[in-house]
Formats: sequence, structure tokens, C-alpha cells
Amino acid sequence: MADVTQNSGPDTRFELIVNFWRHFRTNKGAVAGLIFFLTLVVIALGAAFIAPHSPIEQYRDALLLPPAWQEGGSWSYVLGTDAVGRDLLSRLIYGSQFSLFIGVVVVSVALVVGVCLGLVAGTFGGWVDTIIMRVMDIILAFPSLLLALVLVAILGPSLLNAMIAIAIVQQPYYVRLTRASVMSEMSREYVMAARVSGVGTLRLMFVTVLPNCMAPLIVQAALSFSTAILDAAALGFLGMGAQPPQPEWGTMLAESREFILRAPWVVTFPGVAILSTVLAINLIGDGLRDALDPKLKRS
Amino acid sequence: MADDIILEARNLVREYRTKEGIFGKEHVNRALKGISFSLERGKTLAVVGESGCGKSTLARILTLIDPATSGELLIEGNPIDISKEKLSKDMRSKVQIVFQNPYGSLNPRQRVGDVLTEPLMINTTMSPAERRDKAMEMLVKVGLGPEHFNRYPHMFSGGQRQRIAIGRALVLNPSLLILDEPVSALDLSVQAQILNLLADLQDEFNLTYLFISHDLSVVRYIADKVMVMYFGEVVEYGTRDEVFGNPQHEYTQTLFNATPQADIAHIKARLAASN
Repeated sequence: MADVTQNSGPDTRFELIVNFWRHFRTNKGAVAGLIFFLTLVVIALGAAFIAPHSPIEQYRDALLLPPAWQEGGSWSYVLGTDAVGRDLLSRLIYGSQFSLFIGVVVVSVALVVGVCLGLVAGTFGGWVDTIIMRVMDIILAFPSLLLALVLVAILGPSLLNAMIAIAIVQQPYYVRLTRASVMSEMSREYVMAARVSGVGTLRLMFVTVLPNCMAPLIVQAALSFSTAILDAAALGFLGMGAQPPQPEWGTMLAESREFILRAPWVVTFPGVAILSTVLAINLIGDGLRDALDPKLKRS
Repeated sequence: MADDIILEARNLVREYRTKEGIFGKEHVNRALKGISFSLERGKTLAVVGESGCGKSTLARILTLIDPATSGELLIEGNPIDISKEKLSKDMRSKVQIVFQNPYGSLNPRQRVGDVLTEPLMINTTMSPAERRDKAMEMLVKVGLGPEHFNRYPHMFSGGQRQRIAIGRALVLNPSLLILDEPVSALDLSVQAQILNLLADLQDEFNLTYLFISHDLSVVRYIADKVMVMYFGEVVEYGTRDEVFGNPQHEYTQTLFNATPQADIAHIKARLAASN
């Protein structure tokens, strides 16, 4: 048996992850993004212990206090206070909870619904495919923020409704991605081999084909995580997302825009928080794409 | 043994209908134009023909993936029509297939062990331990080892993958194996190993092969009967010696002449003819 070599490649799932990490590590930006993101997760989880003050308590004797290092600042309010005397640092720390929560919920809802619809469309084809894809085209034809705005206006402004609206707006991308990969995978021979060994349609969809379509979906999930945070912030800014006094970053921006000249720090810090979080997640997404690229992967 | 016929096809026709646009005229493409043959247990029928002559369409019908447009298909004497009734698990296990490309026919996210146990899980009532034992046994039979059980397909060479694919096809104890150009994607030394493995397995399990190929030297080695197809029709059907010794149809003769032959006598004859 000359062709039976005793080659020892990675044998276990653990070693596959190690292999993936080797690829991912070469992208310095992605690693930096990941470190920032993990820090953010720790901050969000430990907000109650880290934050120096309550995010909604108003210190009436310290309105619009500048950050500690500026003249008139105080070290008990490190990043200053807003117009009603709430500590900015504490609000930012608690705000990270909202941002991550929004990202996780929106991405999970959009991913699960989008993948199911995409699988159905790609597997069955015909008129099922046509109906699903035309509905998705209609959703895509609206400017995404406008559609989210309309949905929130119908459902009523709240954080939950904002998340539902953003998930609906984002899911066509998942449907399209899934459908495209499912259709290309369905023509492969291993799918026919599975059918010959009697695999039923449901098992074929979820067990045989879906795992082979995951790479682009993971990348899309990472990138749309940041889009979800941005859209939620935009809705919050327009008064359609999280409602005051919830310390959501977009809502914080909206509350403070009238002080942009008098007290620039009130606007700057939430803005920087949104910017750096979104940037970090996008960097992670790029790194994931490089590491999971099917062209680099051995079949 | 003429009564022990395992597969019989009577006048199989397969049409593909395509439309140009929504209101366009419907085109009917006849991929198979009435194929009839029968195959005895333990024998090998080779199906030869150029690309696009309907070989793979025939394979899809025989493996009970696609229904025939018309005609009858009998497996072990039972007529089967998958467009009318659902296939029983028993029938599903009777016919299995090995594909041409071992790089595309194994799921890249499935361990070798799962490749071999999945058909058993779906079609039998074996316990997980029994399935595992059976898969291990099959792995050894096709020339691999138990240590390969937990590996992924990308860790294997083309020849090893084809062994896995053969193992997957045989794990359900089929009586008929469709081999869709099983060696044409492999290099020559590995081709010989796989062909020998197939011959050994045929003896051991009393398997019947339907061997699709365009490689005549391989066909001459493995076949008992040969069927030559040309544009969806059977143009020549007989035992290997009849077809190779005395080809009747013009296309068969062209096919044989197109095969490169390197022996001295043949070259001399060709030179003599051209002078």
C-alpha cells in the first residue's frame, strides 16, 4: 500500500482551532481589535464593579464638569459630567453593555433567520426561491437606516424594537450569502453521495451542507455586529432607539449635541467609544476573512 | 446463472426540459434515448462513451437519485419508480456509487469515521458501537487503518480518499456498485492499486459492478461485458471479447482507433498504411 502514508496532520478539532489561530495571528490589526474587543467584554461584564458611579444618578452640584485633566475638572468624575450631572465614565462603561447586547441580539436573530431562509431558498429552488429572494430584494431596495426608522416608528421607539428593526434590515445579506454558498455546495459530489446513502432533506441542509457554508457567514456576522452597533447608535441619536436615561452611546450623543461647543467632551467620549468599538470589530472581521478564506484553505 | 439478474433496464429515457426565459419555447433535450441492458450478479458491465453521451445521467438514474422520464428499472427483479413511491431503506442500500473525483466526493467537514458510519446510522438500526466496529472493519478492508478513523478528508491523498469513498459505498452491503470513472482522477500507479482493490472486493462480497469509463485499457482489464454509448443511445453491447475483438459500430471503431497504442507491431502497421 504505497499510497497509505502514516501522515499525521492535525487530528482533533482543538488542533484545527490552533491552525486557525496561526493564520489569524499574522494579522496584527485583527489581533489588536480582538484584544480591544475582549477588554470591552470584560468591562461590560464587570460594569457594576468598575464604574465609579451609578450611570443614572444626577449630581446636581457638578453639571457639565470637564474631564479631570482640564482646568476645573475633578478626579471623582474622570471624564467629566453631562448636562444633568451624570458621570460620563460610568455611563460609557454601562453603555458598553448595551452596545454588545445589541450586537449579539441583532446578529443572532439576523443570522438564524437569514440562514434558515437562505438554506430553504438554496435547497428547494423554484418558486420558493423566487418568493424569498424577491422579498429580500424589496428589503434591500430601501435605504437601511430609513427602513429601520420606519419599522421603529410603527413598533414604537424602544431598544428592543430598534434591535428587531435592525435585524430585519440586516438579514437579506445573510439570506443571499447562504443561498449562494448552498447552491454551489449542492452541485458538489459529496452532496449526491450523501443522498445516495439515504440522507434526508433536512439532514442534508443542516448537517451536510451548512457547515461548509459557514466561513463567509462568520465574516459577515463579525462585520454586521459593528453595523448593528452603528445603526442602534444612529437610531438612538434620532430618538428612536434606547430611551433616556438609558446610557446607550448613540442616545448619549443625541442628548449632548446642544453642548457641542460649550462642553465638547460630552459629545467626544461617546463618539470615540462608538468609533473605536466599530473599528476593532471591523478589524477582527477582516482578520477572520483572511483566516477563513476558502482559497487559502486546503479542501 | 442467467436467472440471477440483479439489474435490468428496459427502454430507459431521460429528458431534460429547458426554457428560454419565462415565455420562451420549451426545449426538450433527450439525454437517454431508450437504454436497455441487464446485468448478472458478480459481473462487471463497462459503459464506455465520450463526454456528454449520457453516462452520468444513466448513473444518476441507476443510483435512484433522478427518476427516468420513461422506461422500467428492475433491481433484483423488483420494478422501481422513485417518481411514484418513496424508496425503502432496504432498496436504498442495494445500489451505491463511487464518484470520479475523490476531492469532491467527501464532505470536507466530516471525519472519515462519520463518513463511514453516517449511512449505517440512517439506514440500519445498529447501535453506535456496532456502527463504529463495522466502519473500522471496512476501513481495514479498503486498505486503510483504524488510526485514520478520526481524521478529516483533506489529510489524505487522492488514492486514499478514493479508498474511503469505496468504503462508504460498501458499508451498507450493496449488491450493485456504480463506479463513475473511479480511477480517471488518479495517477497511473494508484489507478492499478484501486482497480486491484475493486477486483478483490468484488470476489469477496460477490459484488456487481457497473463501471463507467472512457479509458479502454481499464475497461479491457475489468469488464465482463461492454456497452458503448453514443449520444444517448447504445450502439454496441456485448461481451468484452466480442466488442474488443470485432467492433460492429462505426463509432466503436473510431473509439478504439483513438486509443494510443505503443506496441511495435501496431506502429509498423500504421507506418506501412501511411506509405
